[in-house]
Amino acid sequence: MAYSNKVVDKFEKTLKDPEAASVGRWKPGDADFDKVGTGIVGAPACGDVMKLQIKCDEVDGVKKIVDAKFKTYGCGSAIASSGQLIDMLKGKTIEEAKEICNQEIVDILELPPIKIHCSVLAEEAIKKAINDFESNDDIRKHNQ
Amino acid sequence: MKPIYLDYASTTPVDPRVVEKMQDCLTFEGDFGNAGSRSHSFGWKAEELVEEARLNVANLVSCDPREIIFTSGATESDNLAIKGAAYFYKNKGKHIVTSKIEHKAVLDTCRQLEKEGFEVTYLDVDEKGSISPGTVKEALRDDTTLVSLMHINNEIGVINDIEKIGEITRDKGILFHVDAAQSAGKIPINLDNSCIDLMSFSAHKIYGPKGIGALYIRRKPRVRLQALFHGGGQERGIRAGTLPTHQIVGLGEAFKVAKQEIDSDFKKINSFKTKLYDGLKDMEEIYVNGDIENGYPGIFNLSFNYVEGESLIMALKNIAVSSGSACTSASLEPSYVLRALGRPDELAHSSIRFSFGRFTKEEDVDFTVDLVKTSVQQLREISPLWEMYLDGVDLSKIEWAS
Repeated sequence: MAYSNKVVDKFEKTLKDPEAASVGRWKPGDADFDKVGTGIVGAPACGDVMKLQIKCDEVDGVKKIVDAKFKTYGCGSAIASSGQLIDMLKGKTIEEAKEICNQEIVDILELPPIKIHCSVLAEEAIKKAINDFESNDDIRKHNQ
Repeated sequence: MKPIYLDYASTTPVDPRVVEKMQDCLTFEGDFGNAGSRSHSFGWKAEELVEEARLNVANLVSCDPREIIFTSGATESDNLAIKGAAYFYKNKGKHIVTSKIEHKAVLDTCRQLEKEGFEVTYLDVDEKGSISPGTVKEALRDDTTLVSLMHINNEIGVINDIEKIGEITRDKGILFHVDAAQSAGKIPINLDNSCIDLMSFSAHKIYGPKGIGALYIRRKPRVRLQALFHGGGQERGIRAGTLPTHQIVGLGEAFKVAKQEIDSDFKKINSFKTKLYDGLKDMEEIYVNGDIENGYPGIFNLSFNYVEGESLIMALKNIAVSSGSACTSASLEPSYVLRALGRPDELAHSSIRFSFGRFTKEEDVDFTVDLVKTSVQQLREISPLWEMYLDGVDLSKIEWAS
């Protein structure tokens, strides 16, 4: 399979300097963990698992994604798609992030048709992470 | 840098000695004639070269040259052996036995026969991938006419005991076809002293050209096949079509060189496998797919758990290897061979096949060991499954949304 240079670039940069590419995790007990939403999508048996975490905060009265981290098990384009998603997320409001569509990732990375499911996985990951954040947020508000 | 080639089970470069012989059969100055032309010296010379090649093939596998016919490759040989025997003996019975880890050339041929009303039993393999002679014996029925099994498996290198299995089939008067695409020239084959009735060969797996193969058809006891190609009556009517002299000469030369170098090639390849395995075996969570002690060392399949195979191949960008991962296949299904071993799907996705050959160098293996270690480490660093494994999470207990 011939990938576009963009996929190869993204993949190689992620491998070389994972931290700079936002690879990582927030775990229970970390400072601000209550501001983190986590989305895990895919399955090992299918060959793809994407774990996306977003950290959200209120900036000028709107909820924004201030930081994001990921870990991905999957083919080169799944790893590149996760990295691309991260680039698209940071600084967006939650409402803006909800609008992210897999086709944007397909276009930017020039994914071949057989790899479109990698971008779908990325879209599902952000939806799930937001969902997780919002339900945690509801619980927090309820407890306040 | 030219990538290091560790995919010899997929195909091999043509040996320069073979190329030289082939070149002499193409131009006007060379021996370009049609072996079927009986009326002039151009034809006679071509026929002489074809017969010399046939003898070279027969010598490597110890049989009579009259038992060898040329085909376009192992796929055609498999088709001709299986369909040819199934059709010819259909009044005797319509049951065929094969295994779940055969090459697609055999499996798809059997599927086609099923559509035409034949019955096929696909044998299970054990966790190392071998088929016990006992399993074969149990599967035989009164209406079984053919058993088709491979000698060396192309993905995991496991070697079947074709001598023992042949004794069982001969005893019952059932034909035994062996796909030897991966084994001819790699490990010894002696057809005269065996009970094998049909055997498929390929040239490009042993440093010959693509597009040419051969089929062994036993004379005593005589094996009959129904032809699939009809035409000018070449190859005693079993396989019509003008004989491609240069291809056949290439196949013959490749088999001749293989006979000379089988021992030294094997020794070298075995040392490479040992070196690779010694270099990697201390890594956490790696699994050998196949039979580490008794398998063919030129095909060495490993799973690196929690790392997906295609991404590993991408990280190993200066090494040419293949994977059982779904992502490298057009079908998006992980390797059916690894699944048949009972490996969980995720280990199939994480598999890499390293395949050494005549032109592999020791430093290639050193380079591979280093790069594999680094790359697996890097990919695990970004793998959520590795993180869970380190946290002590049992992945099989998680309900994955998929």
